[in-house]
Amino acid sequence: MSQTFTLDGLSIPFTDGETIIQAATRAGVFIPHLCYHPEFKPHGSCKLCTVKVNGRHTASCTLRAAAGMVVENNTEELNAERRALTQMLFVEGNHFCPSCEKSGHCQLQATAYHLGMMSPHYDHFFPDRPVDASHPEVLLDFNRCILCSLCVRASRDVDGKNVFALSGRGIRTQLIVNAKSGRLADTDFTVDDKAAQICPVGVILKKRRGFAVPIGERPYDRAPLSETALAETAAAGEEGV
Amino acid sequence: MLSNEKKSPATAAVAQSTVDRVLTRYAHDPSYMVQILREVQEACGWISPEAIDRLQAVLGVPRTKIEGVAGFYSFFHTRPVGRYRLLFSDNITDRMQGSAALLERLCSALWIEPGKVSEDGLVSVDRTSCTGLCDQGPGLLVNLRAIGRLTVERIDRIVELVRDEVPLADWPAEFFAIEGNIRRTDVLLATPFAPGDALRAAQARVPSDGLAAANLRSWREGLPTGLGGPAAMLDEIKRANLRGRGGAGFMTGLKWEACRNAPLKAGQQRFVVCNADEGEPGTFKDRVLLSRRADLVFEGMTVAAYAIGARRGFLYLRGEYRYLLDDLNAVLERRRRDGLLGSDIAGMPGADFEIEIHVGAGAYVCGEESALIESLEGKRGTPRNRPPFPVTNGYLDQPTVVNNVETFAAAALIAVHGGDWYAAIGTRHSAGTKLLSVAGDCARPGIYEYPFGVSIRQVLADCGAADAQAVQVSGPSGVCLGAAEFDRCIGFEDIPTAGAFTVFDHSRDMFEVARNYVHFFQHESCGFCTPCRVGTSLLKNLMDKLHQGCGSPYDFAEIEKLNQLLQTMSHCGLGHTACNPVLDTIARFRPAYERRMRQQEFAPAFDLDRALAAARQMTGRDDAGAHFLDQEA
Amino acid sequence: MNPTAPRKLKVATTSLAGCFGCHMSFLDIDERLFALLEHIEFDRSPLTDIKTVSPDCDIGIVEGGLCNAENVHVLREFRKQCKVLIAIGACAINGGLPAQRNHLPLPVILEEVYHTSPGLANGLIPNDPELPLPLNQVHPIHEVVKVDYCIPGCPPSGDAIWKVLSDLLAGREPELGHGLLHYD
Repeated sequence: MSQTFTLDGLSIPFTDGETIIQAATRAGVFIPHLCYHPEFKPHGSCKLCTVKVNGRHTASCTLRAAAGMVVENNTEELNAERRALTQMLFVEGNHFCPSCEKSGHCQLQATAYHLGMMSPHYDHFFPDRPVDASHPEVLLDFNRCILCSLCVRASRDVDGKNVFALSGRGIRTQLIVNAKSGRLADTDFTVDDKAAQICPVGVILKKRRGFAVPIGERPYDRAPLSETALAETAAAGEEGV
Repeated sequence: MLSNEKKSPATAAVAQSTVDRVLTRYAHDPSYMVQILREVQEACGWISPEAIDRLQAVLGVPRTKIEGVAGFYSFFHTRPVGRYRLLFSDNITDRMQGSAALLERLCSALWIEPGKVSEDGLVSVDRTSCTGLCDQGPGLLVNLRAIGRLTVERIDRIVELVRDEVPLADWPAEFFAIEGNIRRTDVLLATPFAPGDALRAAQARVPSDGLAAANLRSWREGLPTGLGGPAAMLDEIKRANLRGRGGAGFMTGLKWEACRNAPLKAGQQRFVVCNADEGEPGTFKDRVLLSRRADLVFEGMTVAAYAIGARRGFLYLRGEYRYLLDDLNAVLERRRRDGLLGSDIAGMPGADFEIEIHVGAGAYVCGEESALIESLEGKRGTPRNRPPFPVTNGYLDQPTVVNNVETFAAAALIAVHGGDWYAAIGTRHSAGTKLLSVAGDCARPGIYEYPFGVSIRQVLADCGAADAQAVQVSGPSGVCLGAAEFDRCIGFEDIPTAGAFTVFDHSRDMFEVARNYVHFFQHESCGFCTPCRVGTSLLKNLMDKLHQGCGSPYDFAEIEKLNQLLQTMSHCGLGHTACNPVLDTIARFRPAYERRMRQQEFAPAFDLDRALAAARQMTGRDDAGAHFLDQEA
Repeated sequence: MNPTAPRKLKVATTSLAGCFGCHMSFLDIDERLFALLEHIEFDRSPLTDIKTVSPDCDIGIVEGGLCNAENVHVLREFRKQCKVLIAIGACAINGGLPAQRNHLPLPVILEEVYHTSPGLANGLIPNDPELPLPLNQVHPIHEVVKVDYCIPGCPPSGDAIWKVLSDLLAGREPELGHGLLHYD
């Protein structure tokens, strides 16, 4: 691992084929992200992980590190842009944290905390997105979907099921399930699927298990996302070894 | 219930037999999904759940994938639509020619709302992005056949034809007559060309018999090792300084060479793709090239195949040009008969090349080359992460050259007349000629071919635009120029363009022009990345807010911030350029915005008084307390 | 009164389409209220029962979103009279719980509440002019007036409120770090 690039002035070693976010994470530097997950092929859609490489904006989850790159990450400019993207995600869906089972361990919410988001800023879209409570074990609340496609990838690549996909286009892009009825109950989805564990927000929820952890003790009450994310990746890495 | 929504065993059987027929035609290959869905819809009117059932069962592809593709494209319908589907082109030029009033007239005569299907299932009416009839608009598509030069009389006649359920084949033929409107020609449109000329010339470039054999083998085997013919052809393209005509202007020779040199894994091959997804509002030159010079385009593709060693090519035709498909297929068929396509082309043993036409389904973003390739592969047209680029990882992850229609046409001429001949035309950094699609406020709209370097002023004079206030060059993703810039020149060193040239006279409100373009980008955003998906909607809402007179300097600042964010954070060119019309018009026509900022203090985007209307109706109240009075606002 | 002492800042507060939970949380700053009162005095507020906002008010703190016409009138009065306007709590910032009716058309809601559901005596939709009419949708306050600062939370903790107010009094840009910044 003799090659390095510079990240906010730090020298970051990397191996061939590694992306910027992979190398940064291993070196203990947190880059905000939502659609990226170390276990899956990068998607590059949320753009939260955007950094500046030699002065140009680019998603750090898809760009491979190259020797000598000069990368900016934790700058006021980038964090302001990331905050604006987070605000966009908040107004695009219906994100009512106080009544969400995922509050306190929601990655969107924790990302917003990390970026110091004090309000969603933009006018809300308040879309009409019915919930799907058909499945005996799992509830789908599409109001909170940020279209990260992690469930799509998990179901396809790990579960081998293709339970989820994105359909529609533009602002009408939406998550769909693999059934003629459009109902989760009519798919082969189970609560043990990888796709049931992967949602970074509160769309895919196990029934009868909400609000189990008291406020103050939930993951992001205890530690900010920047610490939690790095710890999780490190743990996943050790398991892998 | 709609008549064609009734589910009977008969309709399910029809869906099934249609799907089976189409799947046989496409050899049960899911990478043809877009074409399969298109043909199923053409036969059944829509893509019914029963049709998807059958596709899923026979292809073994998950339903989510089929529905994901069907849901992406504007022209695919997973709900019943009218037997007559009328789509009004909604480009700014159509608007300027009065399309809005014509749409309203048609809808009120047919008792139908835009975006809805009539109760008897007979007709649906909607708007669609520019259909490429800007020089003879306003335009509409009826079941994807184009009608231009709409007038009140034509609309009234269409109402009768629809009401009387006259089959399209029996509609007046002059409705479907599309003019070429070629106003100025140069080498591309005027050089005599017989099919096979370019191939014979390319073949003649083989320096010696010994090398010819090696070259033919290199084509056959897809190996980039030949030194003679193909390499000589490539050399001519490079000497010609030909640059891509899609707007970005990448050197065609370098692109072809990169593809030719890209390593092939076992079982891989190279591909040539012609981008005829001419979706930029205001552009229609590819329609004319494909109608008038199709042989030149196909031959350019074949020359490319010869130069890079490809055996398969695709022409990706935008769905709005579906009506050109039969004629284009006839040209391909003739070329096969004449030995210019297929096996042993032009008598060269082992020289095999086939061209297939893929038809898009209403998605501007597919004009982006990697999104186009995704669509060719039968997927949602989402731009890929780059690098890698198509020249190494294109169609089915194999080396692929994607070029514009006009680029291939020019390549064919270069094959015949040589690189030096071509390089001598135009300017130093912009060799050759450029087709301009001139439309808007001018006396003679149509196609103008100029050597690069022509000034905006010259074009305006030629097309009869005496009162021009502004010109939008290269469509909404291009640049808007004011009168002070009319001495600037078309060319990569100054004003690069994909071809649109839309003129606005002094009667036009440039804010409304920008707003139309912002609506276009919002409609066409693919939805993949956050900044473009949400940002184009936010931008549209803010422009609408200004339009409604609710805008304040605060909103203006927001527009500027959004522009910045779209430019820096978006995934592809669509998002990067979505704010161009706004930035340009703010810079040049700021008073048009200032007029719209009626409020000094921040005001809501919605009408507060109207927000009480439902409650007033439910309670029957109309007292002062049931309204927001104006002086308070 | 010491004539050289700086003028106390006037602070007005109100709850629109909210639950007064943010006001309760405000009281949770406990004994720090005394320190705060060294610098401020309350104008219109449930704490004072003053009914209108003074024209020279310095800070307006608004809890709750905009559910009806009266909410809009009050909010506009606050914006007009206050130099600095602060949105406090989830409802003021994104509509909160009341905004979860937004996907339903208002007539459907009124029908359901007053006609369909059992238990109401006469089944009429109230139409007394004294009652404010509901808006089609619930809006966060920044969609109708310009808002200067936000204190998120449902409710924000007393500590968070204290932090923002003390930052503002000290002339600093308010900032809530880990533990203080939360949306629930």
